[in-house]
Amino acid sequence: MDVSRARSALRGWGGVATMAVLCALALAFVLLLPCTQRAPEKPERERAGRTVATGVQARADGCVDSEAHERTLAPSDADGPTIDAIRARTGAKRKLIVGVDQNSYRWGYRNPNTEGAQLEGFDIELVRRIAEDILGDREAVQFKAIPTSQRTRAIEKGRVDMVVRTMTINCDRLREVAFSAPYFKTGQQVLAPKSSPITGYDDSLAHKKVCTAATSTAHTKLAADRKEGRLPASTDISTTVPNQLDCLVRLQLGEVDAVVTDGALAASQAAQDPTVELKGKAFTTEYYGVAMKDDADDLVRRVNRILVDYRAHGWQKSYDDWLAATLGKDSSASKPPAPQYLRGS
Amino acid sequence: MTHPPKSSAAPPPAGSAGAPGVPGIPAQPGPPAAVPPGLPPARRTAFAEGAERLRAAATTEPGRLRIIGAVLALVVVAFGAVTAWQTGARSAAAHDVLHRSQPLSSGAAGIYRSLADANTAASSVFLAGGQEDAKSRELYEKDIESAASGLVNAAANAEPGSAAETTIAELNRLLPEYKGLIERARTYNRQGYPVGGAYLRYANEKMQKEMLPAAEVLYTTENRRLDADYGHARPYPWAAIALGVLALAALGWAQHRMYRRTNRVLNHGLVAATAATTVALLWLVVGHAVARSGLDGSYEHGIRSLNVLHDARIASLKARGNENLSLVARGAETVTVRDRSYDAYYYAFDQDIAALGRHLTEAARLADDPGPVKAAEDDMAVWKQRHAAARTEDENGNYQQALDKVIGAKGATAECFDGVDGSLARAIDHEQDEFKQAAEAGLGAMTWLPEGTGVLAVLGAAGAVAGIGRRLSEYR
Repeated sequence: MDVSRARSALRGWGGVATMAVLCALALAFVLLLPCTQRAPEKPERERAGRTVATGVQARADGCVDSEAHERTLAPSDADGPTIDAIRARTGAKRKLIVGVDQNSYRWGYRNPNTEGAQLEGFDIELVRRIAEDILGDREAVQFKAIPTSQRTRAIEKGRVDMVVRTMTINCDRLREVAFSAPYFKTGQQVLAPKSSPITGYDDSLAHKKVCTAATSTAHTKLAADRKEGRLPASTDISTTVPNQLDCLVRLQLGEVDAVVTDGALAASQAAQDPTVELKGKAFTTEYYGVAMKDDADDLVRRVNRILVDYRAHGWQKSYDDWLAATLGKDSSASKPPAPQYLRGS
Repeated sequence: MTHPPKSSAAPPPAGSAGAPGVPGIPAQPGPPAAVPPGLPPARRTAFAEGAERLRAAATTEPGRLRIIGAVLALVVVAFGAVTAWQTGARSAAAHDVLHRSQPLSSGAAGIYRSLADANTAASSVFLAGGQEDAKSRELYEKDIESAASGLVNAAANAEPGSAAETTIAELNRLLPEYKGLIERARTYNRQGYPVGGAYLRYANEKMQKEMLPAAEVLYTTENRRLDADYGHARPYPWAAIALGVLALAALGWAQHRMYRRTNRVLNHGLVAATAATTVALLWLVVGHAVARSGLDGSYEHGIRSLNVLHDARIASLKARGNENLSLVARGAETVTVRDRSYDAYYYAFDQDIAALGRHLTEAARLADDPGPVKAAEDDMAVWKQRHAAARTEDENGNYQQALDKVIGAKGATAECFDGVDGSLARAIDHEQDEFKQAAEAGLGAMTWLPEGTGVLAVLGAAGAVAGIGRRLSEYR
């Protein structure tokens, strides 16, 4: 074929780079044609002080969500300006400032039955590990509760050093913040009462009411799948709530038949109600990462180094402590993949 | 005695001059008897017969006197009856203002307040977690109880099939639903599950989006009823006044006529009738004017202030509820306003406290004793400062410190809220008293007015009849 001949010819004088350019061009066409009305946004974003506009452009163009989690920096112990700035904090302010969730059971939540309603959970454990490594003190953390919609903004504005908040790594977010290597693997999953005839993300959802969080990945996915016929057209996805946890309330009150959210969060809902369970397998694959400021290269590298250790020692214990009860003793489905460090700069 | 020479009327037996309005029928001869006895005419209708007699009577002086007496008595009695009827209706409306519609209106405001207060107390109880304090819990239970009994009272006074009844039924349905959600929230919270917070937010949503608006509808409905009662109590009784003036004029004319014919100035009966009618008319006009000014005063100094104070109290309750809920929600909900994103409850708090400020300014303008309102304003200023400090702590992630600054014992915003609420309660009591005094004075001015004017009118009519009868007896 012509194409294969052309490709072999190309390989002759420079392979990968050219293919990347072609891919980028093709993707640019596909993306830009239907989105012409978005054009005015770009200059605004550049005005907002993106120092490395060209780098962002190239990265965005080549980005695919399924590989987004590989776009991080190689681990390193070297200190840099960001880490120095954190260490330079003195007195009571010598703390790592981390954006977390306070409502995700077993991930990041305030336990009202502890002294001072302490935050605890899988995410919180990881935060303490990072604080211990950088500042030498597990407790040297200032937690900030951040609403879902505020996560990237809080980082960009420098209100927090990092966000550890069941945050999925994807291309959209990569355009605004930097991510560590993934520390958890999950996917969208269906949650329903144990007695329900719903078997998973399939035709058993026909004529059922499904609850999702407003503007969540789950809602976007459901709307798209229903349009394309992968989900029965009779499924009612009109119930959206401000927070995924509100879906459990609606489910318990019988206002909806099922909930779709990240498997990890669905499990945290199931942990609060023994009469509901996860139905079927996850129907997407997503990875949680630690989000940091786009130009905080030293911090990203340091967190990645910490994660290397953490995956070897600590991850499994934290999983057993917080998640095994609802996600199952076997952690293989949740284990993050071997990290790839494909981000250049 | 004798006919005065200057009388304009023709001598009795003369023909057509005595009965100018009845042409074509020959004048009937013979003094008192209307129909000649020996000659029974063909049977005619009673009306025709009556008209015939009247026509006949009008041709003689005694006949005329009889007619005049009857008309005078009729006009005076009509005056009395219309006065009794009109003042009775006004007095009843004023009574309703004082004893029915205002209590119902303030009862509806009470239901609204109890509901909002219960919602606030529930979030306080929740925030305290497993160590919930008995005081907040009791407050919550008390609020639910008073809302429930307020609804029973409102239901008893609602007309079947009215809009108020529908609203009350709606609230009766929602109240147990709300309570169920709160109990679930507490149970989950005690177990340490964050879904408890989600339940509390859901209960709050039910309260804010369904129950409080329904309570507000009830409050507006009852207020409309109050306005309607005011509307019925205030207008001048023009018909009664006009009849009174007419009665006086008729009495005056009759006495003038008598004076011209007999040269006698005073006829005791007619003078008594005039006096009675004058007193009744004066009583009517003055009494109603006083009642009206009392009612106006009760509206100006009572109802208007009360409305603003109720609004202020509700705004402060909402602000307190949202302040608590921002700590319950912990950033779970945001709103976007003009491209900026805010914590939904902090945003609502800012709106509520601004509304509270506006209502307090208005209340201070209307109040004749600005003391409590001033105190509330001072507490609000401190509240704002402390809230800002608590919010900073919360935004910096110092949850416990923020919690202490909101529901703690000393120096917390709870103190400020209690201060505002207490001051407003005092101001409301004060205005309620003002209203009561003014409205009671107004109602008092109408006491015995219907009965008194009725009796006076009867006396007046009797006087008129006696007076005419005295004159008539001279013909026998």
